[in-house]
Amino acid sequence: MSALNQSGWRPEIGGAGEVAPATQTASGDRGLMLEEPLIFELGRPGTCGVDIEEPAGDPLPALARFLRAEPPALPGLTEPEAVRHYTRLSRQNYAIDLGPFPLGSCTMKHNPRLNEKMARLPGFADVHPLQPQQTVRGAIGVIVELAQWLVTLTGMHSVAMTPKAGAHGELCGLLCIRAALEARGDAREVVLVPESAHGTNPATAAFAGYRVESIPATVDGRVDIAALKARLGPDVAAVMITNPNTCGLFERDMKTISDAVHAAGGLVYCDGANFNAIVGRVRPGDLGIDAMHINLHKTFSTPHGGGGPGSGPVVLSEALTPFAPLPFAQATADGTVRLIEEEDAPAEHPRSFGRMAAFHGQMGMFTRALTYILSHGADGLRQVAEDAVLNANYVLRSLDDVLDAPFGKTGPCMHEALFSDESLPEGFTTLDIAKGLIDEGFHPMTVYFPLVVHGAMLVEPTETESKAGLDRFIASMRSLAARARNADPSLKSAPHLAPRRRLDETLAARRPVLTWHGNAAD
Amino acid sequence: MRYLPLTPAERADMLRTIGAASIDELFVDVPPEARLDGPIAGLPGHASEMAVERHMARLAADNLSAGSAPFFLGAGAYRHHIPASVDHLIQRGEFLTAYTPYQPEIAQGTLQVLFEFQTQVARLFGTDIANASMYDGSTACWEAVAMAGRITRRKKAILSGGLHPHYVSTATTMARFTGDALDTRLPELSAEPDDAALIAAIDGETSCVVVQYPDVLGRIPDLAAIAAAAQAQGALLVAVVTEPVALGLIEAPGKLGADIVVGEGQSLGVGLQFGGPYLGLFGCREKFVRQMPGRLAGQTVDADGKRGFVLTLSTREQHIRREKATSNICTNSGLCALDFSIHMTLLGGEGLARLARLNHARARATAEALTRVPGVELLSMCFVNELTLLLPRDAREVVRELAEYGVLGGVSLGRLYPQADGLHHALLVTATETTTDDDIHALATILEAILVDTHEGAPT
Repeated sequence: MSALNQSGWRPEIGGAGEVAPATQTASGDRGLMLEEPLIFELGRPGTCGVDIEEPAGDPLPALARFLRAEPPALPGLTEPEAVRHYTRLSRQNYAIDLGPFPLGSCTMKHNPRLNEKMARLPGFADVHPLQPQQTVRGAIGVIVELAQWLVTLTGMHSVAMTPKAGAHGELCGLLCIRAALEARGDAREVVLVPESAHGTNPATAAFAGYRVESIPATVDGRVDIAALKARLGPDVAAVMITNPNTCGLFERDMKTISDAVHAAGGLVYCDGANFNAIVGRVRPGDLGIDAMHINLHKTFSTPHGGGGPGSGPVVLSEALTPFAPLPFAQATADGTVRLIEEEDAPAEHPRSFGRMAAFHGQMGMFTRALTYILSHGADGLRQVAEDAVLNANYVLRSLDDVLDAPFGKTGPCMHEALFSDESLPEGFTTLDIAKGLIDEGFHPMTVYFPLVVHGAMLVEPTETESKAGLDRFIASMRSLAARARNADPSLKSAPHLAPRRRLDETLAARRPVLTWHGNAAD
Repeated sequence: MRYLPLTPAERADMLRTIGAASIDELFVDVPPEARLDGPIAGLPGHASEMAVERHMARLAADNLSAGSAPFFLGAGAYRHHIPASVDHLIQRGEFLTAYTPYQPEIAQGTLQVLFEFQTQVARLFGTDIANASMYDGSTACWEAVAMAGRITRRKKAILSGGLHPHYVSTATTMARFTGDALDTRLPELSAEPDDAALIAAIDGETSCVVVQYPDVLGRIPDLAAIAAAAQAQGALLVAVVTEPVALGLIEAPGKLGADIVVGEGQSLGVGLQFGGPYLGLFGCREKFVRQMPGRLAGQTVDADGKRGFVLTLSTREQHIRREKATSNICTNSGLCALDFSIHMTLLGGEGLARLARLNHARARATAEALTRVPGVELLSMCFVNELTLLLPRDAREVVRELAEYGVLGGVSLGRLYPQADGLHHALLVTATETTTDDDIHALATILEAILVDTHEGAPT
């Protein structure tokens, strides 16, 4: 008996005459399941949640012809109303802070709160990118210190820090490759991308002006080296390989691939989205690659924020370093640090392919990632990779008797376990398992990706999950597989317990409603 | 290690379940020559919160933060007061630690925020629609140029001299690889932007004209005239807004005929952060929706008929279309969009208008004080909160000397255009609601002292 309730009194529930609770309420809310209108339905014109002094004087006379006819038609909320609006909305989101979020390839690991605290130090959060360099030595110091870690951890020569996300990093790497090839007067037109690649790879290659050709996978889920070698030639600029790949497997023959590509005059881009599986255990530089982006929001725990911001620094080989974008962070021999910008580039970084974005990159992500790296140290980062791989293999071996694991028979996986819909009975799909997981209180795994596996389910637990947490997840997955085997019709219409049931995506795409037009238009 | 829940006993237990003798067996696919036997030499080991905090705080202290000095920088990044509730709300774990909303049943919070954000941006810009964000203003600007090329099937874009030089550089980098032709020019130090020259450059090959509003020197181009001229040739007007607060005072670009409006949303809610992460804003006419880059949240209903939101029209995007996608963008700037949206919600349209008038009043006060400094001239009498001063010498040196006195006095055009000697005596000065009379006094006094030294030929 609890010390807080020594009498043992309990409220009576379900006694004689008790009326079943209403499923519909007058408010539309149900206990802690709260509905929330749009700000355009809540707000009133003229309401303002910020106290702003009324400015003295009229606008400059010359401005008169440019003045807007009326204020923007945006309703305002006072602070208490705004705090409630966003807090109520937040409760309709699943998040890592609530439980496992095993989205394969997305690496949803815990976001340490120390990272947040450090990023908010005024010396980082409240400095302008164009302040004189003498007033931002510490900020530049963060960039250089992080850069040194990334170079050392990957065994590469240098790093371009400015790309703003993984796909932007891919672009950076390909532009370096293109600039390097052009510099040697070698115009090549084709980029080879394996079938299992992230969609960003072919999109990036096309964006950089290349023709994309696909390379098949072998039955064991890896790049078909024979097909790759057969396609290499004087028109192939680069090969983009994800390693570990999107099937959760290490490309064993990466060095052979690199050597073959180099022998044919091409360059090797490695998609480093899955670097978290090997950090501290493998240096990609030892595998002969020329460029690799690192998603700081994956391997180094900066928050995903419901879709960004990310950060995608690109480590480079010596051959590609001269072409890195501006600004380029450099530590000099006497220990001082500086950013090479347009002013000094002609003398000090003359072959740079140019600028990819305004300013210096995602500083707010750099402070978080550096904080994470310093917290773990070289030993902790190696342990991160080991625990991530251990957790994924534990999931793989705990589920491969009830779900088909197409590449699980031949050996271990890396940081993510891949299943197919092969063992699901007729009428049940990967989507049903995913939606069933929502009712079980988990975020679904990545589904229908990679494309090389039918009905793919890609589970990435990350090092964040405890064994007890994994056991709960495994129990739910086994239960869902059993419900599918038993043809449980309620699984077909899951989720039943989320803030919304399945949403009509066809309607959304057929008649797009992208902004609010008032309820009359509904 | 405080972030790793597995115990050594659990690790051993799990290895037994897997059927592996050691963790090394799980890395068996790594070729022996690439395996590292232990932690990489020369790197420090793990550290406590306290130790890390001490290290980071030392680095942070080696910066002069904007809030601790008279501060007048702008040029694409602006310091505004951010209400306390904004940063509190974005740190709700349900927003901070969620992913892109691929599972809409459990991501309605993020999706509704994005739908509200899109509506706010569209109304602010005067466009039909807006997307769920891009990386930043400079990349959004290039994406607009690329989109105009897809719509018009033309390859030549004209970039105004008033477009932020980093935006021009970003587009130039991309165009070199995509084969687009960019017609670029430097800004002229004149009281009004040379709209006539821009209009004269438009021809039947032009895909779009890209015009910053207000421009990088703080002047205001005549968007309506440029839009009419562009559209008469079958070209599009892309308007670029780097300071959205200005739109509380001056007319929305979409209302003036801009076909695509992009911008940098950092001013509202995001903060300076030494340049990133920032927030790309992207609005356009509804008829162009299928050529738009980036994510879109759209309204729909669920199986019970309840209103809900999903990511939609994703057949434009890389994860479906691969090499045929409208852009390679995947992760965007979701959390910064939330910052922006909360700040905008707190302001409301009338609050934004008042904030813009206050910014303008502070800039007028700054201009009045600085033009009393001997040797200083004001370029234009038509500005919102950012203005260009002409100094008697290279503004880069002046900025560095001001910093020696603890004053962050502005952005020199030499920093932005190092290769254009004719611009080096110009200084961009921005005032916002955070600018106090004391700040203005400090800048005016020290600027005068520095320039007097110049007149007297004193060495610096």
